[in-house]
Order: sequence, then structure tokens, then C-alpha cells
Amino acid sequence: MLVPIKWLKDYVDMDIDIKEFVDAMTMSGSKVESVEEMGQNINKIVVGKILEIVTHPNADSLLVTKVDVGEEVLQIITGATNIRVNDFVPVALHGSTLPNGTKIKRGKLRGLESNGMLCSPDELGLDAESLPEGVDMVDGIYILPHEYPLGQDIKEVLGFDDKIVEFEITNNRPDCLSILGIAREAAATFGLKMKYPSIEVSGKEGYISDYISVSVQDTDLCPRFAVRIIKNVEVKDSPAWMQDRLLKAGIRPINNIVDITNYVMLETGQPMHAYDLNMLEGKKIIVRRAKENEKIVTLDEAERTLDNETLVIADANKAIGIAGIMGGYNSEIKDDTKTIALESAVFNSINVRLSSKKLGLRTEASSRFEKGLDVETVQFAIDRACHLVELLQAGEVVEGMIDIYPVRKEKRVMELRPDRVNQLLGTDIPVSRIKQVLESLEFEVTGDEILKVIVPTFRDDVTIEADLIEEIARIYGYENIPGKLMDTTFTQGGRNTKQKIREMVRANLAAQGLYETYTYSFVSPSVFNQINYKANNPLRKAIKIINPLGEDQSIMRTTIIPNMLEVISRNYNRKISEAMFYELSKVYLAEELPLKDLAYERDTLIIGIYGDVDFYDLKGIIENVMAELNISSYRVLPSNHETFHPGRTAELLINNKRIGYLGEIHPDVLDNYDIPTRVYIAELDFEEIAIQSNLDIKYKPLPKYPSIERDIAVVVAEEITAAQVEEIIRNKGGKLVSDVKLFDIYRGSQIEEGYKSMAYSIVYRSDEKTLSEDDITKVHNKILNSLANQVGAILRS
Amino acid sequence: MREKLEKIKSESIIEIDNVESAQQLEEIRVKYLGKKGQLTQLLRGMGQLSPQERPIIGQFANEIRDLITEKIEQTAYCLKRKDLEKRLRSEFIDVTMPGRKKKLGNKHPLTKVLNEIEDIFIGMGFSIVEGPEIEKAYYNFDALNHSKYHPARDMQDTFYITEELLLRTQTSPNQVRTMERQKPPIRVIVPGRVYRADEIDATHSPMFHQIEGLVVDKGITMANLKGTLDVFAKKLYGEQTQTKFRPHHFPFTEPSAEMDCTCSACGGEGCRICKNTGWIEILGAGMVHPNVLANCGIDPEVYSGFAFGMGLDRIAMLKYDITDLRLMFENDKRFLEQF
Repeated sequence: MLVPIKWLKDYVDMDIDIKEFVDAMTMSGSKVESVEEMGQNINKIVVGKILEIVTHPNADSLLVTKVDVGEEVLQIITGATNIRVNDFVPVALHGSTLPNGTKIKRGKLRGLESNGMLCSPDELGLDAESLPEGVDMVDGIYILPHEYPLGQDIKEVLGFDDKIVEFEITNNRPDCLSILGIAREAAATFGLKMKYPSIEVSGKEGYISDYISVSVQDTDLCPRFAVRIIKNVEVKDSPAWMQDRLLKAGIRPINNIVDITNYVMLETGQPMHAYDLNMLEGKKIIVRRAKENEKIVTLDEAERTLDNETLVIADANKAIGIAGIMGGYNSEIKDDTKTIALESAVFNSINVRLSSKKLGLRTEASSRFEKGLDVETVQFAIDRACHLVELLQAGEVVEGMIDIYPVRKEKRVMELRPDRVNQLLGTDIPVSRIKQVLESLEFEVTGDEILKVIVPTFRDDVTIEADLIEEIARIYGYENIPGKLMDTTFTQGGRNTKQKIREMVRANLAAQGLYETYTYSFVSPSVFNQINYKANNPLRKAIKIINPLGEDQSIMRTTIIPNMLEVISRNYNRKISEAMFYELSKVYLAEELPLKDLAYERDTLIIGIYGDVDFYDLKGIIENVMAELNISSYRVLPSNHETFHPGRTAELLINNKRIGYLGEIHPDVLDNYDIPTRVYIAELDFEEIAIQSNLDIKYKPLPKYPSIERDIAVVVAEEITAAQVEEIIRNKGGKLVSDVKLFDIYRGSQIEEGYKSMAYSIVYRSDEKTLSEDDITKVHNKILNSLANQVGAILRS
Repeated sequence: MREKLEKIKSESIIEIDNVESAQQLEEIRVKYLGKKGQLTQLLRGMGQLSPQERPIIGQFANEIRDLITEKIEQTAYCLKRKDLEKRLRSEFIDVTMPGRKKKLGNKHPLTKVLNEIEDIFIGMGFSIVEGPEIEKAYYNFDALNHSKYHPARDMQDTFYITEELLLRTQTSPNQVRTMERQKPPIRVIVPGRVYRADEIDATHSPMFHQIEGLVVDKGITMANLKGTLDVFAKKLYGEQTQTKFRPHHFPFTEPSAEMDCTCSACGGEGCRICKNTGWIEILGAGMVHPNVLANCGIDPEVYSGFAFGMGLDRIAMLKYDITDLRLMFENDKRFLEQF
């Protein structure tokens, strides 16, 4: 909401420094977005009248003018051609400064003195928006539209000695979408009195019922509808002061009638409309729902088709306006309009909003109706408009008003408990101050112990006691409420177990060199093909968004692998040759679609690495996490999964429950993501990991007796896995084997094709005694025999 | 005999003094004190001496043996020290060469800021609750006192799964769930992902992060709201940070406010980050609307509470001076490794 301060001062007598004003208004609830100080850079530019124009004797393209600036007549040379004698123009005097910083000095142009400069709009820093249409911005001198006192500072003429404050109005305060509304807030904030503008109308000509009849058929959508008639209308430009105010408030002047309706809208918040009465068939106005598919051509010359929920203003035969949104083209005010019907009305806010959306049409008027207007302003506004018509001599007001207002709005009466105010705020505001604050906002207050408060009609947002308390608090000043820490019941703060585990895992992964990523929860449905999912993979059943921003953000992800591949692809293609990433966030799963109740949002841990790494690096990372969480009963077994390289896929099992898959990504999938290097990914169910974690650490006594290490190398067939061999060693070794480490795998010239040699280091130790050579040899042989029998291992010498 | 002992004594001392290596020293020891050493052999020949001579010579011989042994030990020690010093001098390195760093990873900046804020509130007795991102419209709007026609419900602002299920636009629905589950006293913070239908650009994203908080108990006042959030601001930005509360409007709080902090980048002087105002808007807050409490079965005549909420992405961007929100979700390693 743009508020020119000079206009505001018409209604509240304030002489306050602009910065103080802005701060105080913001702190009382009307937040200031910006302040435009006009004309800051304009100096010594005045109004001049052109007395004489002759061609420059030494230059055909130049004109020599004599300009009267009040105190003197100056000779000024200009290259412009649009000036005529008796034009009023802006004159930059010697020593003046233009907004762009240029300093103007007297001098000679082709031998003749020039004592200043005539200015174009562009040179004055004006933009096309703030001028009537058709003014040449750059090449022509700005011909002032009216006569002004000669020598007057151009800043005053152009209304530049003003400030425009832009307020952010929250949508619960439609009453502030008007200069009067802001004036009320200013009066309450600064403890000043409001001055309402005059609505005196002297017109006593004729009677309204001779001109028009009005009926409202759908009063549910139109609680009040008022009409007045203006005859002998003379459509012309509105005066400079009105145009100036409209422009500053962001509305373009058109003609006196339209300008008056806009002026009253800005002033009171009540949008108005003017119809050319001669274009209304049957001299009737009917407010009704449109017929299904009824058409109307609106002011912007577009034809619109309406449905039967949209309210229209109609004459005897057709729609002449879409209520609250836009008037019709055929009844628009034209230059030769002679008689006008002025409409001031309130329409159902929800209906206006729905209609506005359906039509894709949003206007200054509709945006106000949508928020809900005060029905009581209707009459004030229409009388104000008539007052202005008389002031501007735009026509003659016909006596009488048709005001269809079937259900009078009653003022809401509420109760307020003063001690409740202080209880909620934590303050000690005396009752007298409470009353004073409410009265400054035009609430009526009576009573002492329990107050009876009558809410003004323009405050539909105040419905419960807490709303009154907010009114009191904001005018009393939030800054005057003390800050106090809570001294109520002590609550225990902290993270729960799963949250703690999450932080432990993050710390562990950071120590291992991984970076945490955040990727989008919604993805494209094409990801499943891109990661090679079979057609019947149940994870394809994803939750769909019915109004996504785009196809590529239209389903909730059921796996984070596509997101991780995207991150890796992006990094790789930015020449980052290696990286290790992880993410701890959710996948969104549904038992059945469409979703009937909440989804199962499962915390998932995904790890992705590439560069100078291989599968075992990925496995090592996971093993370290398992160690951090004291999970010992886990296994990594060969598996298969469409997204992964068939020979390099594994599943992680904890207590025989599958937690997820890990492995090298299938080359086809890598192709789909434009990744020319090997990538290793693990995606694990973090909920299950958290459940299986054991945060209880118990100290184990240090070994009492020394250990002996024995190395063996066995040759086995290729298909025999390290897990199998290790299991046999540990099984047969039992308690005497304290560690088994695979330290080498050899394939080569000395080993038969299809076989490999695996070298293990076995550490023997007992908790009860120092083992003798015999003890060790016995176990060792048992192991070797088992290896030979179960997996055909041959000892290598 | 005596002269022979004297000779051994003087010769061995000279040889030991002139020794240059441990090996030489060992040779000398063997020469005199070894199994076939001169002194050893001489001592064997002591049987040929007279009984009066034997003890005297014997003692003398022992003295010499002790002398030689001691001298050998001392010399051995000196040689060892010399060797060590030689080695130390030669083991010179250029300490200005780069160290061998272990590659460390780290948490995403959003996690860092989240943890920092969580810790501040944990320190004030708050616990952390999480809730569903795919939420019922009831919890996201109705229970939070939004009218049926509130514009935020529009398809152009909110993502819908069905008419009744949507992607939550704020984490406040989880505050409602908490109030239904738990009776006062309540002190919780509610972080998480939220979604709004905004096209992604430098300051907007359809998916972003919020952290909200809720306190409900007997006798909670707006003074408590101010006091608690002021302490929070000081812990997050430093003791000299000031706070300013301005009236605002939210459907689920009354009175409502927005809180500004003095800009931590310029200390309130005015700079690019705070658009020269010296203040940064940090969060929205207010006293929980009585309707919201009542809907959860909490009697607003007995209990009161305050709630607050802030955009985590925005706070992270301000804290780290990140100028483009998209960087948070691109996950370029060169971005992530800076935190």
C-alpha cells in the first residue's frame, strides 16, 4: 500500500520526522517496506513561461527563447522543437543540479548567451509511469499541463516535495488498505486525532428514482449495494493535485470521473465503479448470479464466459460488469458521457476470490474485495465521491441514494478481562491505559472490572479476547513488554536415542572423509528406468503429487540412488575427479496407492563414492559405521540387484535381516547418468540400523597371556569365498583363535587356472594359559583338515 | 710379572684412547680380557709365583682388569654418543614441506546450523520431535486455525497428494500432533523439511527446511516468549546481539510478532547483508491461538503457550554468507568442503 505523506497529513495532523514515523508505524504493526523521497536531487529548477521564440541566427537547429521565471526574464537557447509561446515549462537555472548530477551553468551557444536550460521529463528524472500518456520523454521539453506561479520550485509543482511510504499490510487488516486506514493507525500510534474528509453534497437536483431502479437478487453474495446518479457530466482531466496523488499511490490518471472513483478507493478502501447511464438498457441495475455460459466483454476488451456462481452487475438485458472484479466495456465512461451511475457496494469476499481465480483476472478492486470490506464504508464512500464531483465541477449530483442493505451489520460486543491482558502478556498495564489504547483505535470501552468492548465495523478480524489483547500489546508497544525467562515446570531437554545415533553416524562418516548431501525429496518418474529397475519392482509404486511444479519433481522418491547418481554426475562433470558422499534422509513408501493415510517415511542412509576407490573402500566405510554402533552380528553376502554390477553386488544383513544393498553401479546405469567412471553406492535402512545399534559399551579385560601368529596359504577354487574360509577357521579354532586376517590373494603362474591362493594370518591365544607349541599345532591341524575336507583347500608350501 | 702387568696397563690405555669404532673397541677387549687375552693368560700364570707375591700381584692384576673394563665401558659410551650425534645431524628435514593430511569429510551446512540451534534449545530444556512430511490437510491448516478459504491452501501454493493429503508447508502440524499426544508442560522444537510451490531460484526452493518451537504450560506469557527468544539470539549470534519484536499476523498465534536481530555481519552498523538497516528478520512467533489449544484438548483458560518458527536455509545462508540457495541442493564438493 503506497501512502504519500502529504495526502496522509490531510487526515491526521502530524509533524513527525520521517524516520521516526517509519519506525513507530512498523513497531505498532504497519510494517514499512520502503520510503521514496522524491526530488532529492533536484535543485533550483523553477516554472517559467515562454514569452518569445526565434530561430538562432547562427544555427538553424537551435531556438532562442525568452522565458519569464517571475523575478526576471531569461534568454535560454534550446534544441527542442515542441515548445510554443505561452507554454509553461521547467527551467533549470544557472547553478542548478539535475537528478543525474549534471550542473547547469550559463554560457554561450553559437555566440548567444543561454542562462539556463529548458528540461525534458527525462532530464528531470521522471519516468514514463508517472506521466500522462503521450508525453515525449527525451527529445521534447516537458510542457506543464497547467499554469503555475512563475518561478515556483518545480519540486512543489511536480509534487516532488513529498515522501511515499510503502506499507506491507498483513491480510487480516484490509482496513489498512486505505489512506484513512493508515491515518487511523498513525493517530493511534502517535496519540493524535483523526480528521475525516468532508462528504458534504449540496446537489438537490431531481430525484434518483427518475433515473434508475436497482434490485439485488442474490443478497447472499452482495450484502450492500448503493447507487447515486450524476447528470450533466463533463468528462475532462482531473486537476493536477488529484493526478499527482494518484500517480504517487501507483494509479494512472485517466479522466476526472474514473480518477474520482480511484481516489475514493485509495482514500477509503472502498472500490467504486461508474457506469454510463445511457448504455444501461431499461434504466435498471440488477445484481444477480450470471447465467451459465453468459458472456461479457470487460473493460480490457476481452470477452469472458461466466459460470452461474459468478456475480454480475446487469441491466435489464445483459451483464454490464463482473461484480467486484471489472466493469464492462460497453458501459465504460467515454469522453461524451453525460449521465453516470456511481456504484459503491460490498460483495462476498470468498465468492470474489473464487471468481477472480476462475477468470484469471485480478484487479485493484478485486484484491480488496477478496480480503473482506466494511459494509459501513459504502455510504461514506459514495457521498465522498459525490462531494468530489461537485468540488471538481465534473457534473451535478442528483438527490437521493438507492441503498439496498437488507441486513444491517451489528457491531460486535465483546468482553475483556484486564487481568487476563496482563496474564497473557506478562505485563502490568493499568486498566486506564487499556481503555485509552482501545479507544484510540475507535473501540468503545465501558466498565471497570470486566470491560465491555464494542468493536468498530471495520475490524472484522477482532473476534476473540486474544485479538483485543494483541491490539493492546501492539499500541502499548511490544518493546515495552519485558523479557523474562520461564520459571515454570522444569522439563528435560535432549535428543532421543535415534537422534543420538544419527549424530554419531554423521560424526563417524565425517571422520572417514565423507561429505553430507541434501537432495530433493521429489523426483521424476523416469528415474526407475534410469536405474534399471525391472518393470515389476515394487519400488516403482511411488506417491504422486497431483500439482507438481514439473514432471521431474512429480513423485516422492522411494530410493535415493537416483539423487546420489545425479550428485556424482554433476561433480564428475565439473572435473571433480573423486569424492565420497552420504545422505541421511527419507524415502517415502506406500503400502497401497492412492494414499489413504500417512505414508511410511523411512530414514535411509545412502553412501556414494567414486575416484581412486573400489568396492572394498565402500565396504570399509560401512564396517566402520557398524563398529561405531557396536553392531557385530552383521554379514555382507553376495547378492544381485538390477541397479548394480552383477558380479559386484552385495547385501548387508544384520541379525539375518536385510538392511540394504551395496556394490558397484551397473555400467548401463552409469551411462544413463553420464558418468564415465566406476561408482560405488550403498543404500541402507537407517531405522533398522538404529534399532540394532548398541550404545552400551562394556569394557573387556586386556589379554593376560601372549598370542602366537601362524601364517598359512591355501589354494582353493575361484568360487570359494573368503567368508567361507574364514568361517571354517573360526569355527574349528573356536575360542583359541583370536583373530583371522586375510593378507594376500595370489593368482598367477604358480597356480592352476580357476584357482587362487589365499594367505591368512591366524592369531592364537587363550584366556586361561600360555599356549604350548603342541596346543597350537593340534588346533592348527584341525583347521587345515577342515579346510581340505570342506572346501578342497590345498596347503601351499 | 709386575713389569708385564704394567706394560699391559699402559698399552691397553693407549690403544683404547685411540680407538675409532665400536668394533675396534671390542677387538681390544678381546685382546686383553678375552678367553685368550693377554691379561687373562697372565693371570693363569700366577701359580708360578711365591705365596707372598701371589696376593699382591693378584690384587694388582684385578685392579688393572677393573681399570681396563671401566675404560672400555666409558669409551663405548662415548662412541655411542658420537654416533648418535652424527646420525641426528644427518637426519635433517624440510619442515616447510606439506604435511600428509587425512581426508576429512563434514556435515552439510544445513545440518551444522540445525545442530547449533537444537543444542541451544536443548540447553533450555527442549526436546526434539519429528513428524510426517506427507501430512493431512487437517493438521497443516484446519488445526492451525486457517480458514477454509485461506489462500495458502491454493494449489498454486501447496503440493497435494490427494484432497486430504499434502506435503506439509510448515512444521507446525507436528506441534499440533505433539499437543494431542502430550499434556503440558511441553517444550519442543520441531525441525524438518517443508514444501511450497515456489520455482527454484536464488532465494526460493520448492523444498526447504524449517525449525519451529512450542512451549505450553501454566502461566506462560509473552514476556517469556521475548525472554526465551532473546537468549536464543544471543547464543546464536553473540552476547551483544539485540532483538526487536514487531507486530505481525499468523493464523495460529495471537498476538503475533516477527523478531529481528542486529546484523551479525556489521553489528548493526548497516551493510550489504542487512540491506543497510542494521537488522535481520530471523523468525516469526506469537502466543498460541486459543482455538489451536482448544482443538488439541488443552484448556486455554488454564494453559497458555508460545510458538516460533524460522527458515533454516535462510539462517544458514545469512550465517555463512551464501548468496544462492541452489548451492545447498547441488552438493558440489567444492561447496560442501568449505564448511
